Amino acid sequence: MYIVFSLVTLAVFLFCVCAGSVSVPVKDTVTIIVNSLLGLPIPEGMSKFIIWFVRLPRVICVALTGAALSICGAAMQGLLRNPLADGSTLGVTSGASIGAVLAIAFGITLPGLSGGGTMLMAIAFAFFSLIFILALAYRLDYSLSTNTIILIGVVFNMFAHSIVSLIITFAGEHVKSIMFWTMGSLSGASYANVLTLLIAFVICSTVILCYSRELNAFAIGEDNARNIGVNVKRVKLIIMIAVSALIGVCVSIGGTIGFVGLVIPHMTRMVTGPNHKRLLPASIFSGAVFLMLADLLSRVVLNPVELPIGVVTSFVGSITFVYIFYSSRKGR
Amino acid sequence: MTVLEIRNLSVKYGSLTILDDVSFSVGGKQWVMIIGPNGAGKSTIVNAISRGAPYTGEIYFNGTDIKACKSTELARRFGILMQSSSVGYSFTVEEIVRLGRYAYSKGILSNSSKEDDYKVERALEMTGLVHLRGQSILTLSGGERQRAFLAQILAQDPELLILDEPTNHLDLVYQKQTFELINEWIENSGRSVVSVVHDLSLAKAYGTHALLLNRGRLVADGPTDEVLTRENLKSVYDMDVYGWMSDMLSQWQVD
Repeated sequence: MYIVFSLVTLAVFLFCVCAGSVSVPVKDTVTIIVNSLLGLPIPEGMSKFIIWFVRLPRVICVALTGAALSICGAAMQGLLRNPLADGSTLGVTSGASIGAVLAIAFGITLPGLSGGGTMLMAIAFAFFSLIFILALAYRLDYSLSTNTIILIGVVFNMFAHSIVSLIITFAGEHVKSIMFWTMGSLSGASYANVLTLLIAFVICSTVILCYSRELNAFAIGEDNARNIGVNVKRVKLIIMIAVSALIGVCVSIGGTIGFVGLVIPHMTRMVTGPNHKRLLPASIFSGAVFLMLADLLSRVVLNPVELPIGVVTSFVGSITFVYIFYSSRKGR
Repeated sequence: MTVLEIRNLSVKYGSLTILDDVSFSVGGKQWVMIIGPNGAGKSTIVNAISRGAPYTGEIYFNGTDIKACKSTELARRFGILMQSSSVGYSFTVEEIVRLGRYAYSKGILSNSSKEDDYKVERALEMTGLVHLRGQSILTLSGGERQRAFLAQILAQDPELLILDEPTNHLDLVYQKQTFELINEWIENSGRSVVSVVHDLSLAKAYGTHALLLNRGRLVADGPTDEVLTRENLKSVYDMDVYGWMSDMLSQWQVD
């Protein structure tokens, strides 16, 4: 199964690097990538700049973001035993948004690191949101039950949206860039972004994958997990931290990209079943493929105008989700 | 030999006292029935033992305070079956039963051992679920689903089974099957069971010992016949339980 997933992902990856406003043949694309990696000269007439400096980092970032959001969604849906949950249910995405919007509005930067201020603020606010939500949930409910966390997440999301709106009101000349960022875009992705995403993805997704058996237990029920010997509080905390860190990094680089974490694990589960040993790796591949295709659509559908990727994912995702929800209800 | 010893167990939610200073012990090869009216605190005892509710007092298993036990260590000692609940995703019966071996895994990446496979097979056989092993839990009847979770805790191979209303919402056939199965487990393993039950007939038929609770307090504790007396039940249920049960059963007598 994983061989098929890998081949499909690779094929879509190559297709997305080749296709766009300027189409580049597959052979030329492969030559440019291989020669650049090996430090060999690029044959004349081949557009190295478009492939190597524009499309390649962008498509890698898109694939990593899709994979990251998807595995985070799958993990949250298992942990909270709720197919409607994803990273945003925790309020982490909204929390990260506050940090990123603050950084853009007030021009917070890190010397020598482009976009470093936005990234740092997004990650910091994602963590603060998590700590705030968990502390509040713990005070209200000793057992940190999933219902309490989801309810607090919903309320926190509303609160965060009001804060973001307030910042936008006073953002002055930054309004346009904030609005574009909130709709989600990876159009300016660089190799620095690729490296950051790759490090965060490898660390956090490894942690999540290591807890696939515990996620199975949570997906059956939190009481069941406790009774078979899972250290419920510790595992819940570790997975939430991994998810919030990964989402924080994704949000800081690509903005808020909705529906990936919600719809993709849901669709993948239809193929692999609910066992997280299969679901999590499959979600990585399917999330990457979905977001690469969504990004391609955003580039070509209104060419030369580029749509924010968040608009495409929300549009496609919401229709797909309504269809899945309707089909499953109708089948009952 | 005392397997489980509970001393001065109290559970409070805010200012509300759910369990008040309850003490009892469970010996080897006993089946202790926890009985009492709604709100007596029966399920709260199970929640406290499973560390799902904050409590004061002490719970000892074979002389060790369970507060000092790791989660996996506790799972190897207690197999806890909660009241039947909804399952969100379509796991197969075997996947659910296999999770019962979680407490025995050596590490995050360890595969299942031969012993794990044997215990899972044995649990599936005991509960008559071998032919349903690959079926989704969502497609099973309530009785089959409850048997799947019973198979999970049997695969867990615990020293003590703790069952919270194991036959709640099940029809008579499944009630009989489940209680017979647990009885057989006690006979074969020589281990003990604590179960919360509403049905006093089942408690009387299968229990070796009983705890009678009312409003969070322990009213009587001892061998089933000594606890389920006419006077004890009348004081707890505010009605002549014996008279009513006898009257009900007389309806079934053939002339």
